[in-house]
Amino acid sequence: MSGIPHDHYEPKSGLAKWVESRLPVLSLIHSTLFIPTPKNLNWMWIWGIVLAFCLVLQIATGIVLVMHYTPNTLLAFSSVEHIMRDVNAGWALRYVHANGASLFFLAVYLHIFRGIYYGSYKAPREITWIIGMLIYLAMMATAFMGYVLPWGQMSFWGATVITGLFSAIPLVGTDIQTWLLGGPAVDNPTLNRFFSLHYLLPFVIAALVIVHIWAFHTTGNNNPTGVEVRRGSKAEAEKDTLPFWPYFVIKDLFALLFVLTIFAAIVGFMPNFFGHPDNYIEANALKTPAHIVPEWYFLPFYAMLRAITFDILWINSKLAGVLVMFGSIAVLLVLPWLDTSRMRSGRYRPMFKVWFWILVVDFVMLMWCGSQPPEQPFVIMSQLGTLYWFAFFIVILPLLGIIEKPQTPPATIEEDFLAHYGPGAEGAANAAISKPAE
Amino acid sequence: MAQVDEHAHEPAVTRRDFLYVATGAAGGIATAAAVWPLINQMNPSADVQALASIQVDISAVEVGSQLTIKFLGKPVFIRRRTPEEITAARDTPLSDLPDQLARNANLPADATATDEDRTMDKEGEWLLMTGVCTHLGCVPIGEAGDFGGWFCPCHGSHYDTAGRIRKGPAPENLHIPVASFVSDTVVQLG
Amino acid sequence: MLKTTLIAALAATALGASLGGGSAALAAEEPHVTDYAFSFEGPFGRFDQAQLQRGLQIYSEVCTACHGLKFLPYRELGEEGGPALPEDQVRAFAAQHDVTDADTGEDRPATPSDHFGHSNDPNAPDLTLMAKARAGFHGPIGLGFNQLLHGIGGPEYIASLLHGYTGESREEAGATLYENHVFPGGWISMPPPLSDDQVTYEDGTPATVEQMAQDVAAFLMWTAEPKMMARKETGLTVVLFLAGLTVLLWFTNKKIWAPHKGKHA
Repeated sequence: MSGIPHDHYEPKSGLAKWVESRLPVLSLIHSTLFIPTPKNLNWMWIWGIVLAFCLVLQIATGIVLVMHYTPNTLLAFSSVEHIMRDVNAGWALRYVHANGASLFFLAVYLHIFRGIYYGSYKAPREITWIIGMLIYLAMMATAFMGYVLPWGQMSFWGATVITGLFSAIPLVGTDIQTWLLGGPAVDNPTLNRFFSLHYLLPFVIAALVIVHIWAFHTTGNNNPTGVEVRRGSKAEAEKDTLPFWPYFVIKDLFALLFVLTIFAAIVGFMPNFFGHPDNYIEANALKTPAHIVPEWYFLPFYAMLRAITFDILWINSKLAGVLVMFGSIAVLLVLPWLDTSRMRSGRYRPMFKVWFWILVVDFVMLMWCGSQPPEQPFVIMSQLGTLYWFAFFIVILPLLGIIEKPQTPPATIEEDFLAHYGPGAEGAANAAISKPAE
Repeated sequence: MAQVDEHAHEPAVTRRDFLYVATGAAGGIATAAAVWPLINQMNPSADVQALASIQVDISAVEVGSQLTIKFLGKPVFIRRRTPEEITAARDTPLSDLPDQLARNANLPADATATDEDRTMDKEGEWLLMTGVCTHLGCVPIGEAGDFGGWFCPCHGSHYDTAGRIRKGPAPENLHIPVASFVSDTVVQLG
Repeated sequence: MLKTTLIAALAATALGASLGGGSAALAAEEPHVTDYAFSFEGPFGRFDQAQLQRGLQIYSEVCTACHGLKFLPYRELGEEGGPALPEDQVRAFAAQHDVTDADTGEDRPATPSDHFGHSNDPNAPDLTLMAKARAGFHGPIGLGFNQLLHGIGGPEYIASLLHGYTGESREEAGATLYENHVFPGGWISMPPPLSDDQVTYEDGTPATVEQMAQDVAAFLMWTAEPKMMARKETGLTVVLFLAGLTVLLWFTNKKIWAPHKGKHA
C-alpha cells in the first residue's frame, strides 16, 4: 500500500489466522487504518472525513425519510409536511438532510480548492482527481434530483429549467428531453424516476469513494509541501510520517466535531436560511415564480449558463450556455494535463498563488451573480467571471508552467514539520542520542 | 543511595487516561443520541397515535341496530340490543359457554363471561366488541347464526347475543376493547 | 491558517451573497417590512400561548372565509407549545366544521384527527405554510446579511402586509386592486381584511389592526412550524454537547501529538 515501507500486519490469534487465510480483510483494515500519513498535513486536509461523514449522514437520514415520503405529485408535498409535523423527530431528520446537502457541497468545494492549490491532481494522483470529479458530478445529479422531491415551486420550476436545457442539443435534443421527463413536461413520471435515481446514486458515490481512497492510498497522500514521503527505508519513512490512527483520526474527528457544532446551530436555529421560501409553496405548473434560483451550490454554474446571451458562430446561445456550463467542469476533469508546472504545491509558486486566489474570488463572485436576476451589471460580471474561469485553466496554467520560477521547497517533509513545530520529546531524544558526548 | 522514586506508586488511571475515557464516553453518548431518532422514527407517528383514542357519537343508533366503526385498523361493533337479546344472553348459564372468560379489556383478565361483564352499561343495552373472529380473523356477520348473535362465514363460528362463542372453531369470545361512556351519547374507545 | 480563514470568510460571504432571495435586489422601490419583535424569535424564543389563541380567533373569524389551513390537523391545537387548547375545546372546535369522510364519501363533523379545510376561494392561497413561504428581508444587494440578522421575515411580512393597506383602490381588467405598500408591485387583489375592533379578544387586548396583524402572523408562524420550540430546545442541547465534545477532542488531539511537537519555531 502506497509503497511506503512499514510494518505489515501479522495475525496473532487463532481466529485472526483463520479469517486472514480465507479473506485478507484483517490486514486490509489494519493497513488502511495505520497507513503512514505525512506528518505535516494542515487543516485543509480534514475535508475528506467531513465528506465521508456527510455521505453517511445523507444516506442514513435519506433512508428513514423515504419510509414516510410518497413520490407522487398529488401526495409528495403533504408527505413532507407529514414528516415535519407527525413523524417522531421528522422535522429534525428533514432539516438535517436538507442542510446536510449544503454541508456536503461546502466541504467538497473546500476539498477541491485544496487539491488545486497544493497540486494534488498532478502525477501520480491523476486518477484520484478524476474519480473525485466523477464523485462531484454524481453529487450534483443527486442533489438536483433530491431538490425536486418535495414538489414545491422551486422543485418543479428548477427541474423544468434544467431539463429544458437538453432540448438545446441539436437533432436529438427534444427526444432526449422527452425521454428524461417521461412526457412533454415535468410531471409525475419525472418525479418517480428522480426518486428512484436519487436513492440509487448515493450508493454509486459510495463505491466511487472507495475507489477514490484506494487510489490515494496507492500513491500516498499529498501534503502541503508537495514533496513526496521518503521511501528509502522504514526509518526514513517514519521521520516523514505518522500512522493514520490515532494521529489523524483524532485530528480529523476534532475538526469534524467543530464543523458539526456549527451545523447543529444552523439546523437548530436557522434551518431555512440556505433554502428558498418559494419551495414552501406547492408546485403549480401554471404559475412561474418571479425568480427561479437553484440551491446555492449550483449558482456559479447557473451564472455561467446565463452568461452566454449571444450566439457563438453557428451555435445558438442556449446551446452555447449549456456547453459552457458543462465545459466549466470538463476543464477541471482534464486539469492534470493542463498544468505544465513541475512544482507540485502552490505554496512555492508565487505567480500561481495570485491567479489561484483570483479564481477563488471569481467562483464566489459567480455564485453571487447566479443568485441575482439576469440583468446588468450581473450579466457582464458573469461573462467576465466565466471568461476568467476558462482562462485560468486553458491559458494561465499552461503558461505558468513555462514562465514561472518556483521557490525551493524543503528537502523533506520532516524538515517542513520541524521548521513549524520544533523537535518535540522524541525528536529531542533522538537529537540527544546523535549529539556527540560532551 | 537512591532517592525515593516518586513515581513508584503512580495511580493506575492517569490524567491522560481520564481525558481519553471522557472523550470516548462523550463520543459514545453522541453516537447513541444520533442513532436513537433513526430508530424512533419508525414508531407510530403523531397522526397514528392520535387515532389510538377516538370518540364515537352513538345517538343515532336505534334499538336493535349496530354501528360498525374502524378503530386501530379493525372493525368495532357497537350494538344497541333489544330486550329479547338481553334476556337471551342473561339466561345462558356459564357452563354452556366454551369460553368462560369475559375477554373484556376494561375488566381483570380473570373476569367471567357473564352478560353483565360483557356490556358497557348496567342495563345491558350497549354491547361493544372488536368485530374480528377469534378463529382466523374474518369479520362475523350480525343478526345471523344459531344463537341470534353473529355468524362467521369463513369457518362457521356462531356467537350469541353477547358475542360469546357457542359453536364452531373459534376458541374465544369476541374481544372487548378499552371503551367507556364519556356522555349519554358519546363513547370513547382507547 | 490564514488560507483557511480567508477561504472560510469568502465562503461565508458567498453563501450570504447567494441568499438575498431571487427578487430584484436593486429595484428602486423596496417594499418596507417592519421588523416586529415576535416572542418566538431567536435561539431562546418561545411562542406566546395567549397570542396564538388570539391569532386563532382572527383566523377563525376573518381569514377562514377564503383561506384554508389544510396541512394543520385540529388536534395540533391541543399540543403543548402552541395555543394548547384543552382537549374538549379542540373536539368542539373541530366538530363545528364538516369534512367529507374518506371511507364513506359522506359529510360528517370533523374530529381532532381531521385537518382544517382547503381554501374556499381558489384565488386565496392556503395559509398553513405562508409564514415560511415568504421572506420579509432581503439583501443588501443580494448578500444575505439582513436575513442573518433579522431572520427570513415571513411573519414580519404577513403582519406588515395586513397593516400595509393605504386605503386606495383601483379597477383593472374588471378586477379591483387595493394599494398596499408591502405587497410586491404595490397592488394586491385581497381587500383589506382587518379593521379596528373587528374582533373582540377574549383576553381583553385592544384589537387594533396592527395588534391583530401581529397576532395572526404569530399564529401562522405556529401553523407553519408547530415544532419550532422542540427544534430550538434540541438545538441548544445538541450545540452545547457537541461543543463540549469538540473541546474534549481538542485536548485529546493535543495530548497525542505532544511527543512529536516541540516549541513553535
